[in-house]
Amino acid sequence: MEIKKRAKIKSIPYKDFKDNETYEKLVEELNAGGVNVLVKPFDDLIDWGRSNSLWPLTFATSCCGIEFMAVCAARYDIARFGFEVTRNSPRQADVILVCGTITTKMAPVLKRLYDEMADPKYVVAIGGCSVAGGPFTKSYHVVQGVDKVIPVDVYVPGCPPRPEAFLYGMMQLQRIVKVENYFGTTNRKQKRPKEEEKA
Amino acid sequence: MKLEITTIEPSKLRAELLRLRDVEKMDFLENLVGMDWGEEGGLGVVYMLLSTETGKRVNLRTSTTDREHPVLPTASDLWDIALIYEREVYDFYGIIFAGHPDMRRLFLREDWKGFPMRKDDDPIAENPFDGEHMTNEPLADVTRQYSMNPDGTLGDYKENVIFAPDDYVVNIGPQHPSTHGVLHFRVALNGEIIKRVDPILGYIHRGVEKLNESLTYPQTLALTDRLDYISAQQSRHALCACIEQAMGVEVSDRVKVIRTMMDELQRIDSHLLFFGCLCQDLGATTAFLYAFRDREKILDIFEETCGGRLIINYNMIGGVQYDLHPNFQRRVKDFIKLERKNLQEYYDIFADNVIAHNRLDGVGVLTKEQVISYGCTGGSGRAAGWHNDVRKLEPYAAYDRVQFNEIVLQDGDSYARLIVRLKEIEESLNILEQLVDNIPEGNYKEKMKPIIKVPEGTYYNAVEASRGRFGVFLESHGDKTPYRLHYRATGLPLVAVMDTACRGEKIADMISIGGTLDYVVPDIDR
Repeated sequence: MEIKKRAKIKSIPYKDFKDNETYEKLVEELNAGGVNVLVKPFDDLIDWGRSNSLWPLTFATSCCGIEFMAVCAARYDIARFGFEVTRNSPRQADVILVCGTITTKMAPVLKRLYDEMADPKYVVAIGGCSVAGGPFTKSYHVVQGVDKVIPVDVYVPGCPPRPEAFLYGMMQLQRIVKVENYFGTTNRKQKRPKEEEKA
Repeated sequence: MKLEITTIEPSKLRAELLRLRDVEKMDFLENLVGMDWGEEGGLGVVYMLLSTETGKRVNLRTSTTDREHPVLPTASDLWDIALIYEREVYDFYGIIFAGHPDMRRLFLREDWKGFPMRKDDDPIAENPFDGEHMTNEPLADVTRQYSMNPDGTLGDYKENVIFAPDDYVVNIGPQHPSTHGVLHFRVALNGEIIKRVDPILGYIHRGVEKLNESLTYPQTLALTDRLDYISAQQSRHALCACIEQAMGVEVSDRVKVIRTMMDELQRIDSHLLFFGCLCQDLGATTAFLYAFRDREKILDIFEETCGGRLIINYNMIGGVQYDLHPNFQRRVKDFIKLERKNLQEYYDIFADNVIAHNRLDGVGVLTKEQVISYGCTGGSGRAAGWHNDVRKLEPYAAYDRVQFNEIVLQDGDSYARLIVRLKEIEESLNILEQLVDNIPEGNYKEKMKPIIKVPEGTYYNAVEASRGRFGVFLESHGDKTPYRLHYRATGLPLVAVMDTACRGEKIADMISIGGTLDYVVPDIDR
């Protein structure tokens, strides 16, 4: 069995999303391991639930944090997507939204926060600074992109990104969550060691 | 304005500073700027002193050519704010201030090698970002106080204890929702009473001042918006006006009025955000939503004319980027009407609420002498009875043609700091109302040369940002890049005063004291 259906996001058709190639590659990688017929429906159910209740950690270092607050407020209303439960403790959070510049002094703190989060966990790099250092990239005290410290799932460029971009980035993350294997699978497509020897 | 600076020998500095403070009543140390004038000029400091009684200004500069162990006498016992300014200079230039009780680094890690702002230092090569810097940072409990030999060389040191081994120390931050950014406080407690607060800064130190030294003047403008992002218009206004004054460019009346209106809109934006965040810190989430509802209206106005919401990039050297949008006047008028109505709601839902009174009344009291000595300008200073509004003291742009009141209260507690800002929203609306129908015709930007060079000299310009006096100190050697560009951060004094404001209060009140002082961390760390 394969993950056939593409993750459906309400009100945005699949073809309107950008960077579908990376996404299809991800689905392919997940499929390469094979999918269990029995537990896959449970996977879908759990992923559907998880993707609509991602709890972000309130982690804002600079300007983008203010835009994050605007996204949480009434006009943009992040609660429509189920992300409104911002947690102040990393142990209760599912996703870390890195809003703002990460400096050399902050990098170990960020790593520690990431390590404290429980699996499965996701990282969204928001704003030019956390994507690649932004306007401060030549500085002696700025880390050139948060991916130098922790693995990143979604990048949202902008300085700061508009609230719509925040929401779009979060929907991209929802798509990733929706295709994940929760129960784990045995890899049925890989040849058994004995067969490999014969070949 | 061009600064008149008197040069003085380090050996005579101490006596002169004492005389200025006691005889000439220079009670406000506006700025203390570290400088590197190269091999011949040496490492030095510029002191900018201001008298709050007479308004007189005195600027001193002193320097030492010893690059191995540069040492200067301290001013930290004369003005409290020098406690933190001198640590900043030590961090950037390695100048040791003899007699300073706490010579630690301020922004960089304690194991940082070199002093990044020196012209001959290469911080990236000395401190590559690798495994060494991914360890948890060391935090000293013991600090050094150096002394100076009679011949002006570095003497012995004695050790001062910040936290004794039996102190109960609680860490707040750097990741904490109520520190308004990445700020770290080490708090020593006696039960739930605060004994001492030790702020640790630099988690968002981006080295803006060092970056500026390799950027052309139009490029430096881009970074001012990202210092204090909710005073973006005012910060950029300060730098543009400073460069214009230095070059002798006179902007049109239209530009002056546009800048004034944008500054006031930004001030309302900032005070609304202050109100919203304070309320949320104290558990009033509805008030946060109310404040953000009105703030979006201002962002709409910004977006229509300037193209940006938060980082606006509107002021330019010699004018503004675009002319006003045809909808601007209508939108501002609508906003004034709406905000006057909504302002009462803030009192109804939070400020007149008995819970707010209980949390804020009499908490974190600062006296007038304390705020002046710590240089806490803006609303936090005015809540303690200090008339410090730059718009009134040294009117710039179009502030001389509008009528408004400087809100000054006497209590100095957290509640006064909240009320000052709510009342300032009202005054800003009055300013906007007077200007909105009187925008003169004229150029919205002067024609500038493609390469901008500022004549040699030292210049300073201050504006009233949302959180107080934002100053730009510019030393030019006639090149197309600044030799030194220093910003007087509005938030640094506010964090420095936390220790004084919090001592003897309960730890839960630290949130409301920090919230009402209203600092923005990227502005402190720069």
